[in-house]
Amino acid sequence: MNTLTRENRDDAGAQIEQFVVPPASVIEAGDGYRLEVEMPGVNKDGLDISVENNELRIIGRRSLPVVEGTLIHHESRPENFLRRFELDPSIDANRINAKVEQGLVTLTLPKAEHVKPRKIAVS
Amino acid sequence: MDLIRYQAPELTPWSAADRWSNLRDELNSFFELPVWSSFARKGQLFTGWSPALDLYQSNDNVIAVVELPGMRKEDIEISLHDGTLTVSGERKQENSSYGDKAERTERYVGTFRRTIALPTRVDAGKVSATYRDGVLTVTLPKAEEVKPKQIQVS
Repeated sequence: MNTLTRENRDDAGAQIEQFVVPPASVIEAGDGYRLEVEMPGVNKDGLDISVENNELRIIGRRSLPVVEGTLIHHESRPENFLRRFELDPSIDANRINAKVEQGLVTLTLPKAEHVKPRKIAVS
Repeated sequence: MDLIRYQAPELTPWSAADRWSNLRDELNSFFELPVWSSFARKGQLFTGWSPALDLYQSNDNVIAVVELPGMRKEDIEISLHDGTLTVSGERKQENSSYGDKAERTERYVGTFRRTIALPTRVDAGKVSATYRDGVLTVTLPKAEEVKPKQIQVS
């Protein structure tokens, strides 16, 4: 789960940033999907969500509390978060909605109108 | 039927200074393994999660930082017993409704419990905690008698 991915920012390789892959859940709910990604230490300002070529990319940069003192036991990872998802063609990318609450990023991905099941009235 | 999931071990940055506290925590966590309690309770294996915990020490405080994304403040419990700090709680499945279908589940829902031995005595009456952006910070002021003191040479 916590594998590191490398993101090569430009061809020259000038900026290589390491990320950690956060755990995520995908739930089919109502007329679309709900995506939950765990990004502790990330708030609204640190979130960068984009859709390009049918790929949803979520980057979370942490703003961790500054703690005075020496670290004597360490388990957390210092890297920022990156998670990519390939979007199902049925999803309406223009209507994706995101919120972040206590380090949990929740995205709602509605299905496009034309793929929703439709009842056809018999006249 | 319960699905048994393997939780990948955290990669812990390794340094000489970390060694003993790691060992101690490993011993602690061995006895805290969900196996012991779960077998008795539900017969489940590897339920629950083990949130990452960092411990800091300054002249005046011991500070524990725990990553607990997506919880409610009310569902986090902090207790202090015999120089051991325990952070536990339960993450509930929020805003789910009937008819929801999980396509992929990597997030844990349920209870967790982390226990760590503190390096020095602390003043239990002055412990404070904040929960922000899914990160819990517990500040435990050191007991007066263990605080470093400057002694003036007269």
